[in-house]
Amino acid sequence: MDWQALALSLELAAVTLLVLLPGGLWLGRWLANTRFAGKSWIEAVVVLPLVLPPTVLGYYLLVSLGGASPVGAWMQQTLGVQLTFNFLGLLIASVIFNIPFIVQPVQRAFEAIPRALGEAAAVSGLSAWQTFWRVELPLAWPGVLSACVLTFVHTLGEFGVVLMVGGSIPGETRTIAIAIYDRVQSFDLAGANQMALLLLVFSLLAVGASFFASAKLALRR
Amino acid sequence: MPLLRRRLGPWFAAAAMCLAALSPLHAQTVATVAAASDLKFALEEVAARFEKDTGHELRLVFGSSGHFKTQILQGAPFHLYMSADEAFVHALADAGKTADRGRRYARGRIGIMVPPGSPLKADGRLEDLAAALKDGRLQKFAIANPEHAPYGARAREALQHAGLWDAMQGKLVLGENISQAAQFATSGSTQGGIIAQSLALAPSVAKLGRFQLIPETWHQPLEQRMVLVQGAPPAARAFYEYLSTPGAQQIMVRYGFALPRD
Repeated sequence: MDWQALALSLELAAVTLLVLLPGGLWLGRWLANTRFAGKSWIEAVVVLPLVLPPTVLGYYLLVSLGGASPVGAWMQQTLGVQLTFNFLGLLIASVIFNIPFIVQPVQRAFEAIPRALGEAAAVSGLSAWQTFWRVELPLAWPGVLSACVLTFVHTLGEFGVVLMVGGSIPGETRTIAIAIYDRVQSFDLAGANQMALLLLVFSLLAVGASFFASAKLALRR
Repeated sequence: MPLLRRRLGPWFAAAAMCLAALSPLHAQTVATVAAASDLKFALEEVAARFEKDTGHELRLVFGSSGHFKTQILQGAPFHLYMSADEAFVHALADAGKTADRGRRYARGRIGIMVPPGSPLKADGRLEDLAAALKDGRLQKFAIANPEHAPYGARAREALQHAGLWDAMQGKLVLGENISQAAQFATSGSTQGGIIAQSLALAPSVAKLGRFQLIPETWHQPLEQRMVLVQGAPPAARAFYEYLSTPGAQQIMVRYGFALPRD
């Protein structure tokens, strides 16, 4: 069992979620409440990471952020920050890769709120912020919860992109999914087995618990 | 809404605490070694001895030499690069990424590995492989990817020397690196494969099948070269020197490497 890889994966998942949650909430809510001509295209871009092969995303990240690219070189020279083969690079990849997992459930949740409710809140003198915080969010809560769980679990399981921009450095970019791959290549099937089983059980529990919670919350409404 | 805040609050607090607790994990600069995957077992033993002798700490990452070369060119934070192929080291040196042109540390050997129950014989002159191709005993055969894995390139040369390369097309399974090729060769899903002797002699692999060397004259030598990447910390430099000591070379030889020719 590679505890370091597990800790790294958990940290990556937690930070990804913290970075992604505010923007994801805003974008999902905006997509749910707005109608305009080009909306389908924005929704398509949001879903894109879901249907693209991870290698395509990994490739573009590598050539756009790597040390040989203008962006990567500029960051390196002016800020001394490297964007690939380290935790920051993984985080950037992970945030992009998880956009659909957070935006889609949030959007569905906000779409399910009757518009009349927002109007009633406005008439009652609540500000837009108060309406969001006290009326909409409590109603959309099950969707937001499942968005968070999906993003977290999906980050733990992310493989292709991490393989391409990470480089399997212990404690830096070797996530649990990569560690399993490395264990198999090192003829350590027992180690791979332990980690694979742990991921399987954890994913099942997390997704199961979120469905259970969503159902409970939906009943309470 | 207080109910909501009560529920969200602990969540964020817990997440923030996890973050604070875990962040030192990847703040430190430990000497990181990017090593060809044929070194997997031998280098782990050498590194363990080095750490015990000197108190330095090392991080070992194993993979395909070609991939590491690309990654170092793109700025991957590796400090010592141990390639299975000299050409990659020279390419990095030409690109100005290394301290110098490096030093040879070992010479690798390839051979044929056959899992138990396979209809194929472990015949280093590949005569039984040729026969198996003809009579249909051979379905799948594993080598490393010749595009970027040195052991794959040498396997291709050996198969070409035996006049089997063209006939093998459609039968070949390509591992990303020699370690994965060895895993494929011994998994039982293939009838065998061409792998590194340094992997075949490791106890956890040796028990998975029979192995015989392929004549070294059938392919370009696997002269393996290592080099310090620019800005390498002292621990990486110390390990670089350590690898040329008799004690370290003894371990390498025990795992099936030949001493380098200078």
